[in-house]
Amino acid sequence: MQEQITVITGTVGWDAHVIGTKILSRTLRDAGFKTVELGIKTPPGDFIKAAQETNADVIMISSLYGMAEFDLKGFKEKCIESGIGDTLLYIGGMLAVGKHDFKEVERKFKELGFDRVYPQETDLSEVIQHLKEDLQRKGKRISR
Amino acid sequence: MMNIQLLVDLGSTFTKVVAIDLDAVEIISRTQAPSTVDVDVTIGLREALNKISDAVDMGSLQVKDSLACTSAAGGLRVVSIGLVPELSCEAATRTALGAGAKVIGHYSYELTREEVFEIRELSPDLILLAGGTNGGDKRVITHNAKMLADCRSLESCIVVAGNKAARDDLGEIFKNANQTVRFTQNIMPDIGILNTDPCHKVIRELFLDTIVKAKGIANAKTILGGVLIPTPVAVLTAARLLAAGIEGDGLGELIVIDAGGATTDVHSIAEGSPAEGVVTLGMLPEPYVKRTVEGDLGVRHNMDTLLRLAKERGIPINNNFHEGIEAFSSISALPQNETELNLDMILASVAVEVATERHAGKIEVFYSPAGKILVQHGKDLGNVKCVIGTGGPIVFSAEPGRVLRKALYSAEKPDILKPKHSKLYVDKEYILYAAGLLAQVDPGRALTLMRKYLKEC
Repeated sequence: MQEQITVITGTVGWDAHVIGTKILSRTLRDAGFKTVELGIKTPPGDFIKAAQETNADVIMISSLYGMAEFDLKGFKEKCIESGIGDTLLYIGGMLAVGKHDFKEVERKFKELGFDRVYPQETDLSEVIQHLKEDLQRKGKRISR
Repeated sequence: MMNIQLLVDLGSTFTKVVAIDLDAVEIISRTQAPSTVDVDVTIGLREALNKISDAVDMGSLQVKDSLACTSAAGGLRVVSIGLVPELSCEAATRTALGAGAKVIGHYSYELTREEVFEIRELSPDLILLAGGTNGGDKRVITHNAKMLADCRSLESCIVVAGNKAARDDLGEIFKNANQTVRFTQNIMPDIGILNTDPCHKVIRELFLDTIVKAKGIANAKTILGGVLIPTPVAVLTAARLLAAGIEGDGLGELIVIDAGGATTDVHSIAEGSPAEGVVTLGMLPEPYVKRTVEGDLGVRHNMDTLLRLAKERGIPINNNFHEGIEAFSSISALPQNETELNLDMILASVAVEVATERHAGKIEVFYSPAGKILVQHGKDLGNVKCVIGTGGPIVFSAEPGRVLRKALYSAEKPDILKPKHSKLYVDKEYILYAAGLLAQVDPGRALTLMRKYLKEC
């Protein structure tokens, strides 16, 4: 049976950069995903609550103000305790200040428990492709 | 005819009784006798009670109306189990400590067979089983419940305080289990919320009804009447009352440090909220009443550790100390000469310093585009107004003030949020536990008693 895939989007912490998360949400919706938009300045705990409530498959966090690492300390652990440890975690944007080596940033966020980490300028079709692959690996199929 | 109240502490080494004149609110006599838990707890208890009735005109006083606490037979030994180490597992550990427990082990994620075997060997009085926020993860707590229930030779009491959505499944699992099982509210109903009171109540009841029996101290109840609480609960009760007062006339936020032979315990009754411009990132909120127990900082059991820490901190260690160390090999030994007094002072000072450093919050600095961000982990005790010391090594010290000053903020370690401007008090008459017991029936007099006998130093 095919199921509709649910994605939670938003910017985390005090970040108010709305464009990225808007474009991302629009793209996801166009690609057939049920998208729950939490918008800007979302506390980390609200992503978890929304994911619990909607039984979401993915949380996609945008962050442009360089503080995401700080905002998301312990995020994966909180997801596990809240029973959403299996939910995919994606993050993209300007994730660190003054650090130009994206590999280093990516390593850091993978350590924090994120499945996919993207730099500021990312082709969203690539993200959608990754998402389909990751969902498939989890045995989930996408309905349109 | 005097109006007397007897307060009893059934310790692991001594059974102590103190008689309070309730009209004058003062200590009229105190006695002690060696505890006899291994044989029959009532022998030592009767001896201590006989001594006090020799010293005090008991009149129509009924021993049955005594109030008692106990730390005999190892105290309340608890294993805490949760899901994520920093979340429900830590919540379980903190809850147990707040219930006066000695946490002898903690486990997270799915229990393995080996771990269950280990727990059975530890043979705790009680297992606190948590895991999952309400509506959160059910899988792990269900797995862990099965593992515990399947271990027929495990006889500990189990308190289940996890995800309420798993309650019915867990009820089924434990239906035919060998253990005494009690269910209570989730100690971590949501991320960022700690809910300890209902769980504390259940632990208290189990302690009184079941655990003291298993420990062989239930007979004491036949002499003393009903209630028996863990000694740390009495100390916490006293500390809480002293801070709050009866009608806001308490001392305000405070810390009680109990330096003992086996552990050094720190209790803070304080909000510990961050100062302006500082943020917290904590996974778990800090309890207003917080107790930590340092099992490696006992001033008799851990002399090697304490002397090593003293050396690291540049405290000069006298070569004659090895004699003192031998003299202190018995946990109840008191210092007999100047060298021993000096040694005891160093041991106590280091224990107090390190135990408060671990208890207090810490500041971590992050750098952002907007400048420095100060993040606080744990409680900020900077504004705590009183530090109270109890326990032999502090009480019998020639200079308790010098020992207790080690609990205060140090400019050398500005990141550790210890009290900045505190008054120091010493529990010269060992009145704290007794006041905590009395507070259960008469908080007013308990407060007066503490006010009278805690001495500023």
